[in-house]
Amino acid sequence: MFLQQLFNGIMLGSTYALIAISFTLLMGVLNMLNFAIGELFMLGAIFGLTFVNFGMSFYVAFPLAMICTGCTCLIIERVSFRPLRNAPPAIPLLSTMGFSILIGSTAENIWGSERSQFPQWIEPVDFHIGPVLISSTELIILAAAVVIMIGLDLFIQRTRIGRGMRAVAENIDTASILGVDSNLIIPAAFFASGALAGASGILFGLSFSIVSPFMGMAPGIKGIAAMIVGGMGNIRGAIVGGMLIGIIEVFSVGYLGATAKDFAVYGALFLALVIRPQGILGMLQTERERI
Amino acid sequence: MSIYYLDLFSALGINVLLALSVYCPMVTGQLSIGNAGFMAIGAYMSAMLTVHLHMALFPALIAGGMVAGFIGLLVGFPALRLKGLFLAMATLGFGEIVRNFFMNFLEPLTGGAYGFRGIGSDPISVFWIWGWVVFFLIFLHFLSRSRLGLAMLATHDDETVSELMGINIVRLKIGAFGLGAFIAGVAGGLFAHYYLYIEPEFFNVWRSIYMVLFVIMGGMLTFWGGFMGAAFFTLLPEFTRVLHDWRGAFFGLVIIVLMIIRPSGILTREMFRWDYWRPSLKEAKP
Repeated sequence: MFLQQLFNGIMLGSTYALIAISFTLLMGVLNMLNFAIGELFMLGAIFGLTFVNFGMSFYVAFPLAMICTGCTCLIIERVSFRPLRNAPPAIPLLSTMGFSILIGSTAENIWGSERSQFPQWIEPVDFHIGPVLISSTELIILAAAVVIMIGLDLFIQRTRIGRGMRAVAENIDTASILGVDSNLIIPAAFFASGALAGASGILFGLSFSIVSPFMGMAPGIKGIAAMIVGGMGNIRGAIVGGMLIGIIEVFSVGYLGATAKDFAVYGALFLALVIRPQGILGMLQTERERI
Repeated sequence: MSIYYLDLFSALGINVLLALSVYCPMVTGQLSIGNAGFMAIGAYMSAMLTVHLHMALFPALIAGGMVAGFIGLLVGFPALRLKGLFLAMATLGFGEIVRNFFMNFLEPLTGGAYGFRGIGSDPISVFWIWGWVVFFLIFLHFLSRSRLGLAMLATHDDETVSELMGINIVRLKIGAFGLGAFIAGVAGGLFAHYYLYIEPEFFNVWRSIYMVLFVIMGGMLTFWGGFMGAAFFTLLPEFTRVLHDWRGAFFGLVIIVLMIIRPSGILTREMFRWDYWRPSLKEAKP
């Protein structure tokens, strides 16, 4: 029972972790809270489903959906980040809230407000590992999430663009003086963030069999919570925070009842901010790494 | 006046109050995306008092506002450590906690997720709402002229300098947060007694976001800005009825475009200087 709950928590947490990373990329590099990420998450799942319904294979449809959400995020960069770079942080935040309204209501008008779900993908096989029951779909989703996380971490740590992102996060002016092309780095961060949000939407749609225009709001806010709990602006922190939020949610449902779910999650967010604004991993870092 | 315009006018009054409730903390540099939580506290508190204890409306409104304001002071203390987006996210979490509280607890008294029905038999008149609006507008007018108001603006512009000048910014910021919560609580009470039905979903994140939108769109640093923004966004959906289902998308588009054209809001502090409209100065502006 306990181990099964833990596994379910990690499953849910991996989705939250991906959304939290998507927030973190922009928060860490540019100190911008992109509120539309919840809607990009929804858009990823809807695009994926639409492409699959057109008859594409899953392996083509999902990368294509990720590219679509990444490009949507590029539009957000052009409209609500670039012209407002010198405004107080509340202004870009509000502009992305405008995007959130725009994307949400457009999706509702185009795809209708009904719930749908992905068709059967692979033959479901259940594995029993000790007392834990894991389906093959879950295993693939978890594997995909882990691969994305490790890949992104390597990308940030090892590649030229990733190093550029870390430099811009440290200080945008100094980075430009030293020859980092911020006009390449910033759109790259936005694209990665949007594609990641789309990917997490697809994985969420697959594992919970829900695709609807309203699916983005709650996971979006929980992604923000995960980012904060894990320590703002740090990818590894976001992963830990996401897992923690997922586990808290599943355990509070299991042991305290469904009503306690959101109460526990947002309580954790509020406490984390009040007691440890620097996040759980804040103390482990010798110097403040931004992403 | 027909019922339709009366309804619109009442909604406008409540929105103006909500805008003022966000304006108060914002003028000291605190962005709150959780004021729907204070609104919910005021709404549920005053409705419980009038329905279960048969209290008169006025003391019930005051009590609802006081409870919201008190909780605002309590939240304001830890919020002092947070700045900018961090504070915004903490208040967002607070608002969700309050909404989930009314969703899951106190169900025998408030109906929980099923909604609180039967708050009085007739809606309160529009004069009740606008009486409070006028009261708070006059109050804020005199506040903004006073030393306290100047201290608040100074805190917004530069906290360190205003602290060096001898302004007690801790007291000021917590006070502004509590005052905002009080106004939100009163607005919530009026909301409950005008619509005669409330449910936790009325007080979700989007309600808080709209309040912030009113203030930032109208102009952040003058309370007329909140008034203006509330009026603009209450009337906009009414004037765009021809767009049918696309009204929401249009609304989002308007926000995005306005942010690019006028990032500091429709009304700015400078516009209230007596010499702003003189042509020579307008040309000299950067």
